[in-house]
Order: sequence, then structure tokens, then C-alpha cells
Amino acid sequence: MELICPAGTPAAFREAVDAGADAVYCGFRDETNARNFPGLNFSRDELRDAIVYARKKGCMTFVALNTFMRAGNEEIWYSAAADAVRLGADALILADFGLMAHVREHYPEQRLHVSVQASASNPEAINFLVEAFDAKRVVLPRTLTIGDIARIGRKVKCEIEVFVFGGLCVMAEGRCSLSSYATGKSPNMNGVCSPASHVRYRQDGSDMVSELGTYTINRFSQGEAAGYPTLCKGRFDIGDARGYAFEDPVSLDVMGEIEALKDAGVSALKIEGRQRGKAYVAEVVSTLRQVLATAPSGRGPLLARLRALSEGQKTTVGAYEKRWR
Amino acid sequence: MTELTLGPVYYLWDGPKWRDFYYRIADEAPVDRIILGETVCSKRQHFIEPYLAEVVERLERAGKSVAFSSLALVTLERESRIVKELIETSDHAIEVNDLSAIGLINGRRHLVGPLINVYNGPTARLMAQRGADRICLPPELPFSSIARIAEDTSDVALEVMVFGRMPLAISARCAHARSKGRIKDNCQFVCGEEPDGLPIKTLDRQSFLVLNGVQTMSHTCQLLLGELTDLQEAGVNAFRLSPQDCDMARIAAIFREMLSGSLGPEEAATLIGHCYPSAKFSNGFHHAREGAAWISRAKNTAHAS
Repeated sequence: MELICPAGTPAAFREAVDAGADAVYCGFRDETNARNFPGLNFSRDELRDAIVYARKKGCMTFVALNTFMRAGNEEIWYSAAADAVRLGADALILADFGLMAHVREHYPEQRLHVSVQASASNPEAINFLVEAFDAKRVVLPRTLTIGDIARIGRKVKCEIEVFVFGGLCVMAEGRCSLSSYATGKSPNMNGVCSPASHVRYRQDGSDMVSELGTYTINRFSQGEAAGYPTLCKGRFDIGDARGYAFEDPVSLDVMGEIEALKDAGVSALKIEGRQRGKAYVAEVVSTLRQVLATAPSGRGPLLARLRALSEGQKTTVGAYEKRWR
Repeated sequence: MTELTLGPVYYLWDGPKWRDFYYRIADEAPVDRIILGETVCSKRQHFIEPYLAEVVERLERAGKSVAFSSLALVTLERESRIVKELIETSDHAIEVNDLSAIGLINGRRHLVGPLINVYNGPTARLMAQRGADRICLPPELPFSSIARIAEDTSDVALEVMVFGRMPLAISARCAHARSKGRIKDNCQFVCGEEPDGLPIKTLDRQSFLVLNGVQTMSHTCQLLLGELTDLQEAGVNAFRLSPQDCDMARIAAIFREMLSGSLGPEEAATLIGHCYPSAKFSNGFHHAREGAAWISRAKNTAHAS
């Protein structure tokens, strides 16, 4: 199985390549990709250099253009696609059907992957994208169990890539407007979720309050670590109950299940984290590389090291296990 | 002539309540088109099935056009089968709400629901080429995008949601069941206990969202009134009302009066507030702001009247 690794900066890109990535995915420094954070991503020149570096080491480069084109400004996405193709991207990762159609028409040879943001969660949806746009691979939404993935794998006419490590979306990706409801900025339209520009921490007595826009997302008592106010990882009152309404502040780690994923027909494992630093990327990629190279019985210490790398050190297998629902 | 569409009931209402709601719509609501059927959770379908035929018959007898809604999130084999059967066997128009339905319905006339990501003209044109007659655009879209899509797309009718809590997210996980100590697989349909959604408040007691099974909706109710003229002039030819647990027949009548010019937006807002007294209204998405915001449009309202 291929290991698909994130890079938010040229330095992280080189680390990922050196640590043994089969492919590195990245995006341009604008709203055309779903990690449009300040200080992240690539200029055209940086992408060209990165692709050259990766090629030399036998590593592929995937370029994410996985936001939805803003009506009337499609040219921004079209020129990003043109440049990614020209610079030699091995695949474009797309979510918008209009953009998929454009790429198919203008660059018929270009390999096209379906982004998780497209929310293709069943065989009919995936086969539609294969037939309509000649998609070669689909990144599955984090809404499926391993059993679901195996069933889908038998029925689709393209490769399957799944997220195995890093941040975890609770909602079906690409179908969530929670962030823009609170801030006006969304993953689909702006490439951001719960953006830092709208985050505020406020001391209230002995509590630390984290806010997104005008909404309180969490409240931490003294001594409790104050996490980032990602909307769906907040603490709320739901009827009479109080707690993490959607999901605890955990991250995804299904490396313990990679044999089952392999049996399910998965051809690529994806690491989330283009916003993470180069040291983190290097450590995660090299550890996952070692996991893949080690027999299942010997993986224990490596899996423990991965858990230590996870956000808050709490992890979940998420929807891959049925009880999560 | 601008049409009014009544979107599907997103909530779980028990069968008789659901049937009686539509009987009243058939008898009293001046809407042109009704989208029927379970959209949010495949587990709920059996609640309405016994009443479906009589509701369709009553609505059609009243001269309404009826279309069936497909499921929003399809992950299980059973759900794939439901969508397939709906498309293969239905003698009514279908409103598609997920990619599998878009794939399966190719070439047949159909409607595209607001849960499909149509953010631009090229995507709208692609939908039209595949057989879409009408697209209800996602609630997140600002007016500038709506106007541009309308300009770019002449061969498909466009619809915009103007009333109702906005569908903001959907998950494989059921936060509604979890909040009551259950999980999706043994939920015992606890979402039916809240026919207008289960409120989520912040720890500072701000009303924020509501849960509707696996769906998360806005606490605020989208309300576009002063904006209708701009939308009509841009080429939007239908407005969608999304059912809440309130007097929807009356709300439809208020919108109809507004469209005929006999009621101004401010009076309409007051009357709608009376019909749905628990609601806080918003129109932020339309104005390219946070969706929860209410932007007062004194200037444009004056222009519209």
C-alpha cells in the first residue's frame, strides 16, 4: 500500500520525501485548497522545485485543488489546475464537479483523484465519478467502517485511498457549513474550518474560554489544557446533557487495522496534517513507513510511538469501527 | 411567475402527524411543488411509508406537483438499495441529494437538492446536461454566487431556500442519539422526541445549533424577504420553504402574498414571527456573512417596495 503524506511547506515536503513517502500531497497558497491557512502552502516556484526533488527520489506529488470554485472566479481554480499540470503533478485531487469536467476536457492525460471533500461514500457515487471524469482513485470519507470499505472495494472501478492518521472530521467532509455559520468562512468556499482569524481566548474568573466568532466553543477550568476551538470538537449543552456533542478532542489512528484495510482492497493510506510542522511530518511518516515494513506481530512499540504523536495523545479509530456511530 | 416549493420534512414526525401536516398543506398552502420523503436517516423510513400513497394522492388532487427526495448520506448497502429502488420504480420526479443518485439518474429528468454541492455555473451546467431541470442551491451560497450561477446557466431553473432552519452538516455518527446515551444502531428513534430539533447551546447559554438525528442544523431560521426581489431579478424562479414544526400553510400564504405584492417584507417578517414564535431569524449567508447573522436591509427593502 502507498503512503500518502502531507506537506504544508517546502521544508515539510522534503522531510516527507526523505522519510519514505510514496507520494506527498500539497496545495497552492490560496483558496483553491482546503488547508488555506496563513503561512502554509506553495507558490508555483516552490511546487516546481518540490516536484523535481520528489521525482529524483522516486516519490510522487499530488496537488490538492479541493475547494469548490467560487462562481464567477473559476479562473483562479482553472489556472491553478493548468499550473499544477504544467509543473508535473502526478495527480490532481479534486472535489468540484465543474473543475473535474474542466480538467478532464483540457488535460485528458492528467491523473485525477477524487478528494474526500467530494463525499463519495458508496459504490454508485464512486463509479459515477469514474465514468463521468475518469477518476483513477477516490479518497473515502471518514464515515465508513472497514466492512463498508471492503464492500465498496469489491464494487468500484478505481483505487481506494483512506485516511489513517491525524485530524478527524466528524461530519461528512465537503458537506459541512458549521464553520461558515459561525464565522462566514468554510472549508468548501474558503478552504478553512474554524479559522484562527475568528478564534479568541478569554479569561473568565478561573476559567479559560475559547470562542469562535461570537460563540463559546469550550470552557476550561484551571489546570485543564485549553485546546483549539474547532467547532465540532467543542463542549456544549445538549438538552439536559453537557459534554462534547459531536466528538471529543481526539485524532484518528487506525494503523492498528492496516491488515484489515489491505484485505479490504485499500491501495493507499493517507496521513492528515498539512498544517503540521516538518518535525511532526518527518516523525509520523518514518514511523508509518516502519509499521508497513514490520510484520503485524512486531508493530506494538511503533504503534505506541504513534499514539504519543497524536493530538492530546487521545486517539480513536472513528467510523472505521461500527460502535463509533 | 415565481413558484413556491415546500422542501422535505427533515425531522422525524410520527406517521399521523406527518400525514396531517400534508393534508393541511394540500388543502390550504399556496405552494406549487412539494418534495416528499425521508432525506436525513434511512432508519426512519417506515414511519411515513404507510401514509405515503394517500398523502401523494391528496396533494396531487389539490393540484400540487410532487417529487420524492433521495437520501442525503448513503453509506450502507441497504441505503444504496433504497436509492436505487426509488430511482428505478418511482413514477414521480426525484430530487437527488447525494452522488449515488446523481450517477444513477443520469439522463432522466430530475431535480437537484440543496445538499448537493453546486457552487458555480460550470457545475450547474454539468447537472443540467445530465438531466437536471431544477437546482435548489446550497444555503451557504452568497447572493453574488447565486446571481452569477443564474447568469451562467440558462437551461436549468434555480431555486433558493428562503425559510427554515438550515441543514449545516451530516455525519455517520448520530449526535442526537448519543446525547441520550444511545448510539445510531440502537437509537430507538429518540430524535422523534424533538419534532423541531434538539437545541445545542454553548456553555455560555447561547442558542447555537439543533440536532436532527445525524443532521446538524442551524438554530436560527433562514428568512429571506427583502432579498426576494433581487433574487427574482437575478433569475431565481422558485423559493423553497423548509418545514418547521409551525403553521407552514400560513407561512406559505404570507410568502405568496409577498410575491403578489400585497404584503411588504417588514409586515411579512412580523407575521412570520407570529407563526413561529420560538424562532430567531438569520440571513447572513445570503449577505456573504456568517450564516447566523441577521443583516437588516432597510435600504434595499425601501427599494423593493
